[in-house]
Amino acid sequence: MGSSSFLWNFTKKFVTFGLITVTVSDRYVTVVPVRGGSMSPTLNPKTSSSAGNFSDDYVLVEKICLDKYKFSHGDVVVFSSPLNHKERHIKRIVALPGEWFGSRQNYDVLKVPEGHCWIEGDNAAASMDSKSFGPIPLGLIRGRVTHVVWPPHRMGAIQSPPREGLSSL
Amino acid sequence: MKVVSYIAQWRGIVKEAMNRTAIAVKFLCCLHITDNYFCSPVHIYGPSMLPTLNMVGDIVLAEHLSQRLGKVRHGDLVVVRSPSDPKKSITKRIMGMEGDTVTYFDPMLGDATRVAVVPKGHVWIQGDNIFASLDSRHFGPVPYGLIQGKVFFRVWPLDCIGVPGQ
Repeated sequence: MGSSSFLWNFTKKFVTFGLITVTVSDRYVTVVPVRGGSMSPTLNPKTSSSAGNFSDDYVLVEKICLDKYKFSHGDVVVFSSPLNHKERHIKRIVALPGEWFGSRQNYDVLKVPEGHCWIEGDNAAASMDSKSFGPIPLGLIRGRVTHVVWPPHRMGAIQSPPREGLSSL
Repeated sequence: MKVVSYIAQWRGIVKEAMNRTAIAVKFLCCLHITDNYFCSPVHIYGPSMLPTLNMVGDIVLAEHLSQRLGKVRHGDLVVVRSPSDPKKSITKRIMGMEGDTVTYFDPMLGDATRVAVVPKGHVWIQGDNIFASLDSRHFGPVPYGLIQGKVFFRVWPLDCIGVPGQ
């Protein structure tokens, strides 16, 4: 009798803990690993020495921004890929809804439609972003990255990069 | 002496308060999980889904499992986050999955029927009332990731309880 009630208690505590974790990670804040180098050097920088490449970066993603969908230039966001809803990508917002945006590549100027945004990876050479699939609806965004929490020597808030050459008019 | 008894009383009250808070927190977490992963009520408003859904005041239940498992099909009524305003949700019917060629007719642009191919990862949504609906005929196919749930049951008004018609 003693061991079955211990098991029951343990299960109850486990389920409670699981419920609270899922709720908090859906609504408030969560930690996700970053895969790939499309946000180099901000996230997962590729260093030439082998010492820094053992594991992916882990970042803090806050979901409180999904209440009002109010983003600003330079926000790094997590979003569901418009080509495959099961994949999540992390990129930076460079143009907000309704703005005229000048892309470096082909000197086009285009207007970002209402409710959409233009996202690009910091590592322009190796990044699948709005340059290939166009502006994405804000409804696909699943959170905003605020801090890097692993590895310890790069812990800290995400900065807006110095924008050289790229201007949104 | 009195201080000791006050402290003992206080400790009892604090313990009771923490227990009640824990129960409230657990309840809210269960509510969140049910609302996000299983089933949630949706309040419909607008003429774009006549005659299937009424203009004002319908309450339907939407389940969130089908879209997570990728089982949303042609002809399903879905709740979708609007591509023009992420704070709003719209309810439409899926008329084309990825790779389909959709033939559509927009009364506002004359009598011609047009054709569109739905790209990978997107769906084509249309309201049942093609004369008064802002849908994929105007803003193009929407990414599958914007689908929030599939409508499967209507609970209000009481004389229309049941599965919304085809």
